[in-house]
Formats: sequence, C-alpha cells, structure tokens
Amino acid sequence: MRILVAMSGGVDSSVVAGLLAEQGHEVIGATLQLYDHGAAIQKKGACCAGQDIMDARRVADRLGIAHYVLDREQRFRDAVINDFASQYAAGETPVPCVRCNQTVKFHDLVELARDLGCEAMATGHYVQRVEGAEGPELHRAADPQRDQSWFLFATTRAQLAFSRFPLGGYPDKAAVRAQAQRLGLAVAEKPDSQDICFVPEGQYHQVVAKLRPEAAEPGDIVDAEGRVLGQHQGIGRYTIGQGRGLGLALREGEAPLYVAALDAPRRRVVVAHKQSLPQAEVVAGEVNWLWTPPTGPFACEVKLRAREQPQPCQAEWDAVAGLLRVRPAVPAIAAPGQGCVLYAGNRVLGGGFIRRAVDLGVAAA
Amino acid sequence: MSTPLYLDANATEPLRPAARAAVLAAMELGGNPSSVHAAGRAARRLLEEAREAVAARFGARPQDVVFTGGGTEANALALRGLAAGRRVLVGATEHPAVLAAAPDAAVLPVLADGTLDLDALEAALAEGGPALVALMAANNETGVLHPLAAAAELCRRHGALLHVDAVQAAGRVAVPAVWDSLALSGHKLGGPPGAGALLLRAGVEVAPLIAGGGQERGRRGGTEPLPAIAGMAAALAEATPEAASRLAALRHAIEAGAAGAVVAGAAAARLPNTTCLVLPGVAAETQVIALDIAGFRVSAGAACSSGKVARSPVLQAMGFGEDAGCGIRVSLPWNAPADAAERFLAAWAAMRDRLSRRAA
Repeated sequence: MRILVAMSGGVDSSVVAGLLAEQGHEVIGATLQLYDHGAAIQKKGACCAGQDIMDARRVADRLGIAHYVLDREQRFRDAVINDFASQYAAGETPVPCVRCNQTVKFHDLVELARDLGCEAMATGHYVQRVEGAEGPELHRAADPQRDQSWFLFATTRAQLAFSRFPLGGYPDKAAVRAQAQRLGLAVAEKPDSQDICFVPEGQYHQVVAKLRPEAAEPGDIVDAEGRVLGQHQGIGRYTIGQGRGLGLALREGEAPLYVAALDAPRRRVVVAHKQSLPQAEVVAGEVNWLWTPPTGPFACEVKLRAREQPQPCQAEWDAVAGLLRVRPAVPAIAAPGQGCVLYAGNRVLGGGFIRRAVDLGVAAA
Repeated sequence: MSTPLYLDANATEPLRPAARAAVLAAMELGGNPSSVHAAGRAARRLLEEAREAVAARFGARPQDVVFTGGGTEANALALRGLAAGRRVLVGATEHPAVLAAAPDAAVLPVLADGTLDLDALEAALAEGGPALVALMAANNETGVLHPLAAAAELCRRHGALLHVDAVQAAGRVAVPAVWDSLALSGHKLGGPPGAGALLLRAGVEVAPLIAGGGQERGRRGGTEPLPAIAGMAAALAEATPEAASRLAALRHAIEAGAAGAVVAGAAAARLPNTTCLVLPGVAAETQVIALDIAGFRVSAGAACSSGKVARSPVLQAMGFGEDAGCGIRVSLPWNAPADAAERFLAAWAAMRDRLSRRAA
C-alpha cells in the first residue's frame, strides 16, 4: 500500500521507512521543518534545516523512496511554541510533545497523507496499535523503557485507525539499531534525541521569556499562609514539585520546601513541605477517549507524568462538564498542563490535560 | 503509471544532445587554456570560440564576456563588482541569487501583473546619487518579463548602471541589448551545470569576486570549466526564441484547460514555457507532492537546499496574500512532448478535484 512515514532523521523513523520499503510498500517519507535551526542555535548564516532533516533526506535517498520536507514553522510556532510559553506564563507545566503530536503530526500529517492517497501513516513511536473488538486500541510498547504511549494519549480514534507503529513490538532499542545496521542506514549509531527539540541548549525559560516576558518577571516566594520567604526570577522557571531554584526559601528549619502551586496573576511561587504536595484528586480537561468510559466510577491506572509507571486509581468521567476526575490510590503530585493518562494494563483508555485548581473554583494552596 | 513528465525546466533544462557532445569533446581534448604549450592552445581555442559565440548572440564583445561557475556567481559578480560608490536598487521579485548578493539594496515594488513599477523606479533614481539597478529579464516563477527597455531608459537618464539577470530569459525570448551587465546560466539553456557568464557593456569594469591566476582578464580567478563552457555555448546555439515559441502553444493549452486556477501575471508578457498556476486554498506543497506521485515534476517557490517548499515571495510581491502559498510553477522544457499539456491537465484536474474538495 501507499504509506506516509513521518521521518525525523533519527534512527527509529528511519528504520520504519526502511522496513516498510523492504516489505514492498510505496513509502512516502515526510520530514517536518518545525523551526529555523539556524536561528535556534543562534548562528548567523546557518541553514534553516538542521542535521536531522539532512539525515532524513539521506536515509530516504539511500532507500530510494520519495521524500519531502514540509515547512511547518508557522504552524509549529502557533500550535506548539506559543502554547508552550503561554502555559508557563499561566503557571502550568506544558508537554509540547503532546501538543505537537496532537496538531502538527497526527492532525496535519494524517490529513496530508489522505490528500496524497495514502492508506496509512507510520511513525517511529514506541507504542502498539492492537486490533480490538471495537476497533484499534493503543497499547504500551513491548519495551517499557521506550514506551511513548503517554505522549500519544491525545491521538483520536480516527487518527489511530490510520496510524501504524512498526517499532512498538521491538524488545529494545538495540534491536532497532540492529535493523538500521542491517538496512545500511547511516543513522544506526545516532544518539537518541533529548529534551525539547526547539530548545537546543536546554534553556527553555529563555524561550518562554522571549515570547511571554511576564513569565520572567521577578516575584515573591511565599508559603501557604502568604508569608514571603524569598524572591524568584519568573514563574516560568518553576513546576509543581520542584525543589531547586528556591534560593533562601529552599528550606524551613531542617525540612526542605518544594513548589506547591504557581499563582500566575500575582506572580507568586507557593512553597510547602513535601508531604503536603500530593493531591487526593486530580482533574483533567480536553479529554480524549480511546475506549468508551462507563457512567460512574471505575478502577484503572493513571500516569501523571512522562517518567513514572502507572499507579492504581479510581476514575470518573463527567461527560457534562467534560472533566475527568481521578483519585489515585496514593495521593500524587500533579502539575497543571501535564498529561493525566488512564491505562488498563498495557492499554491506553484515554487521557486529558491536568487542570489548575484555581480554574476549578478551588482556592490555590 | 505512465512515463514521468518533466515540467521543471526553470529549475534545470534537460541536457541538449549538442551540449552533451560538446562537453564530451572538451573532456576528451583536455588541456588548460592558460598553458603555453600546444595542449593549452587547443583548449584556449575552444574556450575563445565559446566566448565569441556567447558574445555574438547578445551583442557583446568577446573580451567583455566573463565566464563564471554559474548564474548565481554571475549575478553576485555584477552586484558586488559594479556596486562601488553606487546604491543598489533591486526588483521585489528578483531571484535569491540577486537579493542575497545585495542584502542592503532598496527594493522596487512590482505591479499586480508582476512587472516592475516604473514610477517607483523613477522615484528611487530621482532620490539622487549614482545607482546600480538589478532587474531580471524574466521571472523564474511566473515567467513575467520586466519592461527592460523602459527601465533602461530611466537608468540612462539618471546615470545608473543596469544589471540584467537573464538566467531564465536567455534562449527563450529576445533580450533587448539595453544592459550594462547581463547574467547567464549554462544549465538553464540545456547545457550542463557548472558554467555561467557575466557579459559587460564595452567600457564597464567589474571588480573580481575571486582573485587568482589571472584568468578571464583578472575578473574571475580559477581555471575555466571548459567542458561546461563548451556545453553552454553549444546549448545556446540551439536555444533560440524561435524554437522556444513552440512551447507557447502548450502553455496556452495548459492555462486554457486549468479551470479554477489563477494564472499569475497572466496579463503581462511572459516566457513562452512558463506558467504559474495558483489554486486558491490548496497548499502548493501538497500540489507538488501529489503531482510528483502521479509522475509530474513541477515546483513551487524557490527550492531551498533543504527541499522545503516555502511560500513564494514572488507571489507575495504581486499581492496574492494567503494564496502566495498556493501556486505551482509549470515550466516546459525544450523537448516537451506534443501531448504534454493534455497529459498534465488530466493529472492536474484530478488533483484539483481531490484537494479542492478537502480545502472547501
């Protein structure tokens, strides 16, 4: 079949393209240009395309498949980077990779693939698409170290039906690299990408400050009673549960303090002792279901951040308000803006974005 | 799928058989035109014959032809080498080869049909001070011809030099001999890539970009790429406006049959081989990819080395707004088959129907 492969220039999507081409499919490689690489590394005269784009082209040429570089700078700026900065300015902790998957990748690329007469789109994500009784299901990858299902919770059922994830069943990355070697791909030894793609130096708060200066304005660090314990250099530098960057407010007596809440309107960082951070209930909005939730509470597992294993919980879907209410078996730290993803074993049931307590009519801590 | 149809001549023309033969003969010949011995003399004879042929075609003296590595270098040589003591004025739709060589230039607007706004040129020239004006004879994306004779008259009146980028026009339409310098590219004529030329009006001095062993009368250092130059001269002999006029009928058939498309610069005089079809609301990128998959090689905007398709600054300058990202360039090569328009239209209409439905 004719299949579009989203090629990042990394080893994973390169192997996907190689395997599908080997199987005899008509593979169309597409690489997204999401930001001006030359500007991002602040090097005058550098090409707008980074090495990853060049690598993707090289792999496609080696495989003898069609390949196109798609200019999505404007779309990425609007849908992902500006959203990223706005969320920080609002005291949230965004997950730009989810936004990108939700917009630029699984919305726009799927649309392009359909426009081009493709029957499916494949990516190098480590997740499994399993044919279930009620249609395709999204499952965790065979390799728990590589599983990316949390980042794909916002994929709609229609997008999932159109998508293929050939690497989801691989036991580990070494097996994928071995395939790259076998296929003769120059990216076989390429290191994994790290962090946020459009923040090459890892200084994300500088990106935020440029777009939303208010996120970089100094303010007070206060405790739950409102006592001023110190000063901060912008709420864009903080996330719930963070212990670093608090200066003199780092500890109260012997007990260290952590960020408990971010009060954007007053530019306040609210700190507390660790034991008071976890919440009994987490509420998520913008919910996407990959399963039909029952009316009333149900038991499942929840994952509130990228790097943790799912924990048992009770969940309830408020279809009228469009809110997902989750009570983890053990109260958990939840940062607004992050994903709240429900699992039943390996299967992703659905998920949403964690809402701020203030938005729900509850006073900030 | 039937045989692919190459419709991207403005990116590069297919190699003409005569050019191929000339390239091979020059490679067989060997020798460095700067050498004093017999092998050098033989190479020099070939080089000078090519120079005479190029000069004669455009009404220049052989000694005023500077061979370069290509059109970009020829444009850069003019814009850097003639600009001393002059302010530079460039048209808004010039090729990046010109715009990048004169980053501080004042930009002259174009009219909605893509032709130069002569009033704006006159006003800019009247601001005083010696000027160097750079204009393309024909636009690479739309094929629109600038009113060179009228522009040249204004330049003459204000003592300005006129550089003409004839990379797309040469060999396809007559280029009026009103320039002070003229840039050519070999592979846009059907020669091999790797050679171009800057022609100078008698008496115009150009400062070199590349110093070196004194080749090209000290105006361009480096051993001349003789096979590419010989190929360019051979291609030029065959690339005549009379031969290219055959393509106008095909272009007309494409434009007449492309219902729903807006032809950029339709009202202006244009190259016989070029049409820019704007399909409002449908991304040019998608159109180019869809046609490529169907076997039709067309392009959009100016191709960047990364291969991405960007919104066309040319269409933006012509006032297309959002639809500046919706135009594809169809440029017929010298050897376009007689059924090119018919075949292209069938694929284009199928694409239009599929993509417009989604865009609606």
